[in-house]
Amino acid sequence: MADAQPMVPPLAIPQEREGTRPFVQVMHDWIVTVDHKRLGLMYFSYGIVALVVGGIEASIMRAQLAFANNHLVSPEVFNRLFTMHGTTMIFFAAMPIVFGFANYLVPLMIGARDMAFPRLNAWGFWMSALGGVILYFSFVGGFGLYGAGSAPDVGWFAYAPLTSPAFSVGHSTDYWIVGLLISGFGSIATGLNIMTTILCMRCPGMKLGRMPLFVWMNTVMAGLVLVAIGPLTAAQLMLLIDRYLGGHFFDTQAGGSAVIWMHFFWIFGHPEVYILVLPAFAVVSEVIPVFSRKPIFGYNIMVAATVSIGFISLGVWAHHMFTVGMTSYANAFFVASTAAIAVPTGIKIFNWVGTMWGGKIIFKTPMLFCIAFLCQFLIAGLTGIMLAAAPFDWQLGNSYFVIAHFHYVILGGIVFGVFAGAYYWFPKVTGRMMSETLGKWHFWLFLIGFHMTFDFMHIPGLLGMPRRIYTYEASRGWETWNLIVSIGVIFQALGVLVWVFNVIRSYFKGKIAGSDPWDAWTLEWSTSSPPPDYNYAELPVIRSRRPLWDLKHPEDPDWKYE
Amino acid sequence: MASATISVPQSDMPLSANLRGKVGMWCLIIAESAIFSIFVVAYLYYAGKSLSGPTPAQVLDVPYFASICLFASSATIILAERALHRGKIKQFGLFWFLTLALGVTFLVETGIEWDRLIYKDGLTISTNLFGTTYYSLVGLHAFHVTVGAIGLTIILLLTLFGGVKQEHAERISVFGMYWHFVDAIWVVVLSVVYFITR
Amino acid sequence: MQQVVGSNGAMHLRSTNCEIRNLTPCRLSSRASRVLLAISVAAHAPAILASTGGPSSTPSIFNPASTPAAEIHRLSLFVIAICLAIFLVVFSLIVYSTIKFRKKADDNQEPPQIYGSNQVELAWTVIPILIVVVLFLAAARVIHAVEDAQFPPNTIEVTATGHQFWWEFQYPASAQIRCPGRSDSTSPCITTANELHVPVGAPTHIVLLSADTDHSFWVPQLAGKIDLIPNRRNEMWIEPHDVGHYVGQCAQYCGTQHAKMLLNVMVDTPEDFQKWVQQQEAPAMVSDQVAAGRKVFETNACMNCHTIGTIAQGRFGPDLTHLMSRTTIAAGAAPNTQENLTLWVKTPDAIKPGCLMPAMQLDDQDVTALVAYLMSLH
Repeated sequence: MADAQPMVPPLAIPQEREGTRPFVQVMHDWIVTVDHKRLGLMYFSYGIVALVVGGIEASIMRAQLAFANNHLVSPEVFNRLFTMHGTTMIFFAAMPIVFGFANYLVPLMIGARDMAFPRLNAWGFWMSALGGVILYFSFVGGFGLYGAGSAPDVGWFAYAPLTSPAFSVGHSTDYWIVGLLISGFGSIATGLNIMTTILCMRCPGMKLGRMPLFVWMNTVMAGLVLVAIGPLTAAQLMLLIDRYLGGHFFDTQAGGSAVIWMHFFWIFGHPEVYILVLPAFAVVSEVIPVFSRKPIFGYNIMVAATVSIGFISLGVWAHHMFTVGMTSYANAFFVASTAAIAVPTGIKIFNWVGTMWGGKIIFKTPMLFCIAFLCQFLIAGLTGIMLAAAPFDWQLGNSYFVIAHFHYVILGGIVFGVFAGAYYWFPKVTGRMMSETLGKWHFWLFLIGFHMTFDFMHIPGLLGMPRRIYTYEASRGWETWNLIVSIGVIFQALGVLVWVFNVIRSYFKGKIAGSDPWDAWTLEWSTSSPPPDYNYAELPVIRSRRPLWDLKHPEDPDWKYE
Repeated sequence: MASATISVPQSDMPLSANLRGKVGMWCLIIAESAIFSIFVVAYLYYAGKSLSGPTPAQVLDVPYFASICLFASSATIILAERALHRGKIKQFGLFWFLTLALGVTFLVETGIEWDRLIYKDGLTISTNLFGTTYYSLVGLHAFHVTVGAIGLTIILLLTLFGGVKQEHAERISVFGMYWHFVDAIWVVVLSVVYFITR
Repeated sequence: MQQVVGSNGAMHLRSTNCEIRNLTPCRLSSRASRVLLAISVAAHAPAILASTGGPSSTPSIFNPASTPAAEIHRLSLFVIAICLAIFLVVFSLIVYSTIKFRKKADDNQEPPQIYGSNQVELAWTVIPILIVVVLFLAAARVIHAVEDAQFPPNTIEVTATGHQFWWEFQYPASAQIRCPGRSDSTSPCITTANELHVPVGAPTHIVLLSADTDHSFWVPQLAGKIDLIPNRRNEMWIEPHDVGHYVGQCAQYCGTQHAKMLLNVMVDTPEDFQKWVQQQEAPAMVSDQVAAGRKVFETNACMNCHTIGTIAQGRFGPDLTHLMSRTTIAAGAAPNTQENLTLWVKTPDAIKPGCLMPAMQLDDQDVTALVAYLMSLH
């Protein structure tokens, strides 16, 4: 066949606003929906609510720790707060946000009408939501024979034997177990769905080497979900057997091992953080090229790096266990594997910078968050290298240095990436632009607050402050640093408030966006904003990685160079 | 935007959407394997470490009959799928029923074995490390066989009411993958529990 | 830094709290604010990184006073140097590209569409691999040096057992601890709690056990941390270089009062150490003046948890035989004074809410007598 233009379907007619129908009917439609876009938004909103709840928990903790020997909350309450904060943020804020992005965008980006299994998609969301409800019921469930007791207080990784019936009396730990078990099934379902969708639902012409990087990274993320959530499910089933059926999996009195819980948990736990960070990489890999006006530098290498990160991440888990007394050979192995994962990760950072290099950078809000992401993720990776050197970890592990490191990754990396994505795709989802002015206020407030809190948080760790302590001695010299750390929270909270205000205001009053406000190149920008229920009137047929670039530049299409 | 006919070379075509069922089931198998692997690792790790109580060598007998039933059921399900593929609904129903019968026999045999272990040999899930790891691993597998048996029953009932036709062959074979997976897990459990560590 | 004379006559240094001299102003650009941040951290770096080599109430990991801590310190400086170099290079590239490749307002042409460069990719793959190999070798050497160390004959042996929420220390017989008059060689010579005494200049080998849940022994100036895990025997060692009082605390969440499971390690001169050993090996003080208090102790549930000499043999709580040889009570939660002892016995939750010592519900007269007895236990 002779050279033909890649076909992109005509723009669809925008839908009527929700407000013209009765509220009950609207609610019903959202509850029974199997549409990936709606489920994506539900996941995302659930995650943001959980982010705010987790943020409140963190704020209370920071208020308690701002001064030595403070008495704002009791140790019991503090211990519940850090357990719930960690569990909420990982499982009910970050995971739903990540799944929300994937759900909404993957079918659009691959030219499909929905996910492979729409009903399973809905089931997965509601299971995840239920898990969160069960976990939070523990706060309000009373004492008494079948009561919750109160929220769990065993830490988000619930080390044995603290979780055994002997040391965790009552049911609070069970709410942790059951809540996560149920949401874990939902996560596996969603991972399965994302993987099958990407493998089987791509539009004609979109072979694997032409998928947007966003889709590639979510593929690896889905693969990790399939492999990594199982170990947590298994460990939690074992813990339930210990707690209710008299089992001895982690019963040290019967010869059981506390360390084996750590192995099982971290075999899940480390890939889990890659499940969370890869989607942030995915967002950044879409936003930076568009706002640098160049394609991503080194697409093939980026794919290879992502896949190798996925594989290596399955082999580094015991760097969370350098202090449990493993042999020097075991410790050395995990130093090697952990340091090794820095290589593909560094390659990605270099490729993002390479994308900006020689480009024409536009400093809109999504790009601001991406640039901050680059600097912060760089620092996070470097503190990770420090922790990878096991002897250094013997000092830094379980201290505030580690807390600073992983918050640098999760907040400085993932949340900044999420904000970049939120600003970038809000026009597609709602059909309106967000306010740039408010966006910049959000960015600077949040940036200042983030650095105030998490830059200075490294220092108490270096000065010997361990984690999970509700108070500390004044003589240790940690107080000033803790105070600065706590004050930073205020700026972050203000930044988030500005963002929420921006979202609500722009939804009603934002400038109409049109289908392609950023002059971007991937398929989702070819359909209307918001997309119609069926996404594409006719399924697209594509010929390169940037089908819209080809359409806009017929004299210089990508498929000539790929 | 004018539409133009465009031919996409076969090498550029992605995987067909018809493969959704198979790909999805493979994903489920991967996730379930991850769960089972951890129980197998726990079993292997704790082998020989019980502080007291009966040991595997003392109380375990290799369940030859049950295993043959389960492995045979994989063969009968393949025969059933082939029959449906050729449109022979009655033959399909017969082999499907055989598969279910063999699966249920496996479960009954497991029940009989457990009855003996609990009441005669005094081995329960709380007796010692061996009891805990044995019942959870074999029990998790038996649970998956039970879920499969329920699925087999539903499809059998649908067949009896005339609801299963030749065009459903693809979907039936996706379910068949699950049944083969359960069988494959049994190969692992049988080897680890009854041969390697006994 | 101020010089302070401690209660046992030892001199040690105490660092003053740092003050922040210039908070980053809010309205600067991100680049400028990052530069200012770097300057302010660098200005405090000496305070943070200072290695005085002596004990401090601020247990900085950059102030090692013992061989394993010093090994880790050397490695940490090496790793930090490499990370700093990488940061400066990459950060400069990010900053440079952000500034240099800004889109000009009137320029609407797309830039050259570059897809990649295999040579560049190779370069920034090979160099990180080399860095990773170097880091691995450096770390592996220190892992081996610390974990696989051989101990000379003059090593002090200590067994540390973690409890919720206190530390039990037992010293079996060794070269420096003779156990005179003890016929039973299996039980330890010395059993004490919460304050560890070791001699300067000699290695001390610590076996780590746990009686209940996970704990972690962390005295940053003396060594990296190792966990105490039930049903598992872990080991560590220290070799202090300077006399003084080193602080640390439990570093693995172990329950409600994890925060107040503090560690106090007293590094003594060899003579002071021998004096301490003799005091610990001496039988429990018996004095008629405090007989009333001893009676309170013996007739209440105290002896179910606590050991005093041969009078009581409880193992759940700390050994109190030589209680007054310790500077703090409740695992460092409060100084060891009459007032605090009284408060502790009456209402433990006032000092350490959620600890496992119950309020004994004694009347004031009994408490006063009991505290007088406790204060006689030198």
